[in-house]
Amino acid sequence: MPAARSDLRVLELVGFAIIAALILVFLPLVLDIFRLNLVGKYLTYAFVAVGLVLCWGHTGILSLGQGVFFGLGGYCMAAFLKLEASSVANTKIQSTPGIPDFMDWNQITELPFFWMPFKSLTFSLIAIVVVPSILAYIIGVAMFKRRVGGVYFAIITQAIAAVMTILIVGRQGYTGGINGITDLRTLLGWDIRSDGAKYVLYFICCFLLLGTMFLARFVVDSKLGRILVAVRDQEDRVRFSGYDVSNFKIFVFCLASAIAAIGGAMFTLQVGFMSPSFVGIVPSIEMVIFCAVGGRHSLVGAVAGTLLISWGKTLFSESFPELWLFAMGGLFIAVVLAFPRGLAGLVTDQLLPRAMKANGWMRRQRQPSPAPAE
Amino acid sequence: MTNNDFLLALENVTVSFDGFRAVNELNLYIDKGELRVIIGPNGAGKTTVLDLICGRTRVSEGSIKFKNQEITTYKEQQIVRLGIGRKFQTPTIYEDLTVFENLELSMPLGRSVVGALFWDRTQQVKERVHEISEMIFLKDHLDRLAQTLSHGQKQWLEIGMLLIQDPELLMLDEPVAGMSVSERVKTAELLNEIIKNRSVIVIEHDMKFVESIAHRVTVLHQGKVLAEGDMQSVQANPRVKEVYLGH
Repeated sequence: MPAARSDLRVLELVGFAIIAALILVFLPLVLDIFRLNLVGKYLTYAFVAVGLVLCWGHTGILSLGQGVFFGLGGYCMAAFLKLEASSVANTKIQSTPGIPDFMDWNQITELPFFWMPFKSLTFSLIAIVVVPSILAYIIGVAMFKRRVGGVYFAIITQAIAAVMTILIVGRQGYTGGINGITDLRTLLGWDIRSDGAKYVLYFICCFLLLGTMFLARFVVDSKLGRILVAVRDQEDRVRFSGYDVSNFKIFVFCLASAIAAIGGAMFTLQVGFMSPSFVGIVPSIEMVIFCAVGGRHSLVGAVAGTLLISWGKTLFSESFPELWLFAMGGLFIAVVLAFPRGLAGLVTDQLLPRAMKANGWMRRQRQPSPAPAE
Repeated sequence: MTNNDFLLALENVTVSFDGFRAVNELNLYIDKGELRVIIGPNGAGKTTVLDLICGRTRVSEGSIKFKNQEITTYKEQQIVRLGIGRKFQTPTIYEDLTVFENLELSMPLGRSVVGALFWDRTQQVKERVHEISEMIFLKDHLDRLAQTLSHGQKQWLEIGMLLIQDPELLMLDEPVAGMSVSERVKTAELLNEIIKNRSVIVIEHDMKFVESIAHRVTVLHQGKVLAEGDMQSVQANPRVKEVYLGH
């Protein structure tokens, strides 16, 4: 028997506090900066997982292309950093100094027009959120207004992830190609590669993630959140209650994309590069697995799942690199078959009721059994 | 001919699915404040007629006017906002939400994305939900998840979700299907209560139930109106007996 709703809320708050304490206090104290930086990288995936909880867990829209939005956010950040690293002084050995190195290698002699605005940090920060949202909006309008949903939507988003990778790799003069945008150095003159900067960026990432979780909590707790659940359960009924279902789906898809993009930007800042290997089908599906293992209905669960799996991936692939994919696939199958609500569901549906039973809570907590219909 | 006096007017409505005419040049007029029962054998097109009115299925030919406004091209939610509510054959409620939340979501307020995001559960909202829950016999179950309700209670909940919209035209597709005898009596009571101040179209198979509520009955057969009138005259109609009531 699943725990009652008020208990779940308390539990979620406890989980939130545990995660906050873990990433803000415990990990920075016990880990060296190299490992902490790795955790920071995992946390950027957790942004995507939070977005997936909103759009997949709550609304039932499975997107297999969240890597696209993660990547777009990351590329917007990388564009700014790359331009700053490509000052005339730094690039004087190039045939055209002052443009990013990969453009020079591709015989481009002038900065393309769409790169120009990324000289401004303000523009870049806005673009990180707005560019992916616009793309999500276009996809959302095209799909949801025509009532394309379910598995078709998943396949189309996956195709978009594939197209985006091909586009980035193919237009390497403008995008850096398969290598991505590398050799990022400073943010407004502040060296992001130093240990001090890594600490600062790690904490910025933590606070942004916690803030995002609060934002997601606010959305889920509002009437809009209940409408999203209603759309997942009975889309038709929502329509016949007078709501324009497509608008709500577009909203949540755009929100999930914008959140993923913030993660992407933090990835670029902490890891120091962005490449198409974080845009395509495989990373997109990996992010869905993070979310599924943690529990797609629970914000805390999804973040915890992301951290655990990413951590596991690093440990496992350090010792058995070729086995990781099999382990991940096996884990995913186990989740789907054995505990479809993920780790969070395992806690709320199995462990908690048992613990309560053991404590004799259940007897006191149990409501009078539902009255039979007269 | 003018149809100004009718709340709802279907004229020459035809819909065909791959050549099969589920509804065939149907004419149907509903007055203000009328309770109309539609009966007919399986496949007569009863549910399709409701689907057409509420915009779930598009008409192939003909016109549907609600309060003199052509609604054949409107989207479902636009038709709902004009004041037409629809209950489905199987209980269609939000299983993962509580009874209170089910009713709250059905209130005709805060229907935009922004409106829903900053929705405030005011005293008025609570009072309205309590008022409706009392009518549908669920006032003691407001905090229960809808999935834990019995079948009959789910049917009532869906009726309540429509009532809270306060539609001018209420369409009910088999409201007592699968209910126990005592639930049926209660539902007939409920229907007699809610038809005040509005028009209602009911599709029903259960002839006893029809007799207990019907004002006017329309018999559909093969997508056409076979007979129309009060219960006695319809029951006495030899053609109706032949296709429907006889067995």
